[in-house]
Amino acid sequence: MIGDMIVAQQMPEPMLESVPTWFVVLGRRPVVAGTGWSHRVDVRSGGNDGFRANERSFAYYGVMSSEERFQTIIDAEDKIEPPDWMPEAYRKTLIRQIAQHAHSEVIGMQPESNWITRAPTLHRTAILIAKVQDEAGHGLYLYAAAETLGVRRDEMQELLHRGKHKYSSIFNYPTLSWADMGTIGWLVDGAAITNQVMLTRGSYGPYARAMVRICKEESFHQRQGYELLIRLCQGSSEQKAMAQDSVNRWWWPALMMFGPHDSDSTHTEQSMKWKIKRVSNDDLRQQFVDMTVPQADYLGLKIPDPDLRWNEERGHYDFGEIDWEEFWRVVKGNGPMNRERVAHKVKAWDDGAWVREAAMAYAKKQAHSAA
Amino acid sequence: MTIKSVTSLLAHADDNMVLAQRLGELISNAPELEIDIALGNTALDHLGVARALYTHAGNTEGKGRSEDELAMFRTEREYTNLLLVEQPNGDFAHTMVRQLFFDAYQMELWRDLSTFSDTTLAGIAARALKEATYHMRFSSGWVTRLGDGTEESHRRAQDGVNALWQYTSEMFEGEAEHYHPAWSTTIESALIEAGLDPVADPYQRTGGRSGFHTEYLGFLLAEMQWVQRSYPGLKW
Repeated sequence: MIGDMIVAQQMPEPMLESVPTWFVVLGRRPVVAGTGWSHRVDVRSGGNDGFRANERSFAYYGVMSSEERFQTIIDAEDKIEPPDWMPEAYRKTLIRQIAQHAHSEVIGMQPESNWITRAPTLHRTAILIAKVQDEAGHGLYLYAAAETLGVRRDEMQELLHRGKHKYSSIFNYPTLSWADMGTIGWLVDGAAITNQVMLTRGSYGPYARAMVRICKEESFHQRQGYELLIRLCQGSSEQKAMAQDSVNRWWWPALMMFGPHDSDSTHTEQSMKWKIKRVSNDDLRQQFVDMTVPQADYLGLKIPDPDLRWNEERGHYDFGEIDWEEFWRVVKGNGPMNRERVAHKVKAWDDGAWVREAAMAYAKKQAHSAA
Repeated sequence: MTIKSVTSLLAHADDNMVLAQRLGELISNAPELEIDIALGNTALDHLGVARALYTHAGNTEGKGRSEDELAMFRTEREYTNLLLVEQPNGDFAHTMVRQLFFDAYQMELWRDLSTFSDTTLAGIAARALKEATYHMRFSSGWVTRLGDGTEESHRRAQDGVNALWQYTSEMFEGEAEHYHPAWSTTIESALIEAGLDPVADPYQRTGGRSGFHTEYLGFLLAEMQWVQRSYPGLKW
């Protein structure tokens, strides 16, 4: 087929209500070749947006709606890129999800920076600063990924500050001991990775690619957190008690990170079809529990769930029911630290207004004197 | 002189330790995410230098004291950092002026020590000099932007200069005296570039190198040393 010159058949006009769009499928990706009632397609040049034909290419001529083309790309496991047509609901869902993810990284800096000045050794201080800095970096990539969908970073931040955008509820819990720096790495980053590995296979290109890099760094954080806990668990009885208390406080909130049960999850079905989400909340939660319980055993820490036991038949751990009342209370803004987290962010932003204004004013003067 | 005294190594280590601690307080409070990242980087650089110098001081001293023992188990009176680095962050202009004054000093210090006959110290200084060059670019860039930005930012930058000037002479006491002319030239041209006025008040405060600090250091150390001192002798 490569090298063929395809002449699309002319369609009798009355068969169509609007001018048809012609496609060539190159690799797995339908590429717009042109519009009109008839069309010549040169597969060697691959249409008009720069794609090159390869062995897997074939010409598709006929009529495909934008929506069909969109779903064809997704079904073929290819990525949707910023210039591609996409349904408005897909764009909105992604903006909501990516912004929420970015906000989580940024708000997530607070519970950990709470311990930067109190880390017990200089080595631990260095690790913690680097980690919080990584989170700021993740926030930046993610805001940039969301910006490809036509929303600005300051608009998203504004929505966060006004409580219109959410962030992961886990960060609404306080960090009360040094052990929390380990537990957050182990359980919170662990839960985040379980969710995020799936996101690297998501259908939106810029988001999926950002997640590849983020996952690498997150898995590093998770190992650092676990290593911190190993040290505590091999230490004095006070250190071990500190670690156990921390796991008692963080275990259930970590399980809540996977969201409501599949049966109560409003966005799941559409998001699965669009490959924004690829594994269900309950399946991810089960994966996390199965992975984490043996790690707790190794540490000699007890998971605070009396119903937790291995189920031979299922080949999975059974575990107790989440306190959904607490889950919804925190999601709705009434967790232990919701107000402080947002207030801290708003204060930093407002306090910095004069700095940003000064930078803009200076840049303007420079541009003016250069002109 | 072929070897710096332990006292001198500790003084430089303390400068970097205390400043890293101050910068560490700022993370998640910056005016923009990019600035959070930059301040985090700077804190990590100073912390890295502090660790290398503490380790080198401990080895030179030969009593087996580790970086953590030197950082966590010396008191306010035993710390010999400059008063400048222990000053609270204040607003962003205040922070940037403090960084600029210190960065310009460290540029001279590291350039000098990077050719020192103690090769360990020279190595630490050579790496630190590269880092200081970046720090200097950041702090002088911001002081210019703030000084020549808006009326408010100009006022805040000038307030920072006025408040911190009294802690600058201390950097050039004793053997550091010969860094003073180059530092003065750098700072003068940075202030002119930013449209900021030099300070006429000749008052200078000193005492950091002999452990006579401002009242701010005690709180900084109390916070930093709290875990180690609450549970002495444990591994973290």
